[in-house]
Amino acid sequence: MTFKPIQILYALLSVFIIMNVGLVLQGLIAKIGARVGRRYGMRIYQPYIDLFKNYSIRTSVYHGYMFFLGPVFRLTGGIGLFLFIPAIYGSPYFGNFSFAGDLVLISYFLFFGTLGMALGAGEGGHPYSGIGIARGLAQMTAAEVPLVLAIMALVVQYKTLSVTTMVAAQQGGVMHWTMVTNPVATIAAMLAFLGSMMRAPFNVVLAPQEIPIGPPTEYNSTLMAILQTNRAIFPLAKVVLFMNLFFGGATSWPELVVKGFFIYMWSVLVGVSFPRFRVDQSIRWFLKVPFAIGVLAILIVSLKG
Amino acid sequence: MSNDLYNKTKYTLPDGQEVEIDPIREYFCEDRPEVVEPNRNIVERFFNWARAESLFILGFGTGCGAIEMRPLMTPRFDAYRFGIQWRPTPRQANLFIISGYLSVKTLKRVIRSYEQMQAPKFVIGLGSCTINGGMYWDSYNTINRLDHYLPVDVYVAGCMPRPEALLAGFEELKKRIKAGKGEGANIYARDFDWYKANQKQVITDWDMPDYNW
Repeated sequence: MTFKPIQILYALLSVFIIMNVGLVLQGLIAKIGARVGRRYGMRIYQPYIDLFKNYSIRTSVYHGYMFFLGPVFRLTGGIGLFLFIPAIYGSPYFGNFSFAGDLVLISYFLFFGTLGMALGAGEGGHPYSGIGIARGLAQMTAAEVPLVLAIMALVVQYKTLSVTTMVAAQQGGVMHWTMVTNPVATIAAMLAFLGSMMRAPFNVVLAPQEIPIGPPTEYNSTLMAILQTNRAIFPLAKVVLFMNLFFGGATSWPELVVKGFFIYMWSVLVGVSFPRFRVDQSIRWFLKVPFAIGVLAILIVSLKG
Repeated sequence: MSNDLYNKTKYTLPDGQEVEIDPIREYFCEDRPEVVEPNRNIVERFFNWARAESLFILGFGTGCGAIEMRPLMTPRFDAYRFGIQWRPTPRQANLFIISGYLSVKTLKRVIRSYEQMQAPKFVIGLGSCTINGGMYWDSYNTINRLDHYLPVDVYVAGCMPRPEALLAGFEELKKRIKAGKGEGANIYARDFDWYKANQKQVITDWDMPDYNW
């Protein structure tokens, strides 16, 4: 890949677009959820107002350098993940900074934000944020196992570590998508996907919304706004990654938005249909059903040769 | 300071080193709150609009009026459509609803929670008890006038006011914030000594720092 300075501008533009798509999607899904619950629901642009409000707060609480760096690391995780995924296949500019071995780097970025929060929230002085972080990391690690198995199956299938090459192999219609050519790996990965989307049944680790013990409890004003910005970018970056790996990628922004909506809705539909798992239950579940499917995916791919 | 929790304590670390921890310095801020002069430019007007349309209520029910806040989340009243949400922690909330009578014991916790909220922050007094004590006006352990202890933006009168009245109160608060009048945090900072004197007059077992953000 040759690097051109103009790519930085296009990368910033694509982060901006993805943030807006994420914010609108948040509002839209809150609205759909409210209508399902027979409420009128919040305004679709409410996430924007919340974001502006939090950026406009005049005072903020300081607990030391790591406390500041926690949200910064989290946002870095979201943006970094997105920047190394080819957002638009075939576009010379919106391919971002994807390169030959990017799949390995992306797997690290999936974890980076949570680790940053672990450092930051620990300095917040809240006695329970350590517990919240440990629960979150434990569940994420369990969800990561079937995901990595599915990705390894893909690596064997396409014989590459580059996401761009995988997308290229899936062009030419639905029958070429990994969803069709390797359904077992897709099932394992989509079950793992649920675990990282912070929706029911796997959102007990996000507990500050209900029982105030979790890591973001101490974050206020601008730091909170940074976390909110990441809440818009990070899920969308993950959706784009899954779109590239299993659903043929996107060749234009409208295609990305439409496919992204349906992949995102998968976690929403599961979320509104099933009650929450406790953390120990979700870890056990991830290490049983999706893990077995992931191992099966590897076996099938390696037996095929 | 009568409470041992706030005294300096020596701890021995696993490697044998001795450290002295002063909890007041470690966990609280000793600085007084400061007045932040609001700008009068177009950006501040836009921010005021955002503050008005995104009210995060601190989930802290002080009296019987807290029961009137719960229906607001239900399909019948649905406060979310007005940009109102509930937050579990004072750090992220910007609206404190004092719901009904306020006993002296609760007042202490209310002050701690209020001071941890980040400016600009707003207070709604819900029910007659917050205006003049209501039916508890001669009670031995409740305060009568809330605005002697915290700067109040809007009162919602009644015993109890229905959720519709509370929604009307929110609309009134929004108008005040948009007009740039929601400066309760600055009033609290400006008249800090007066508020503290009033608070210490009723709270006899004052065992916390003067200002804890």
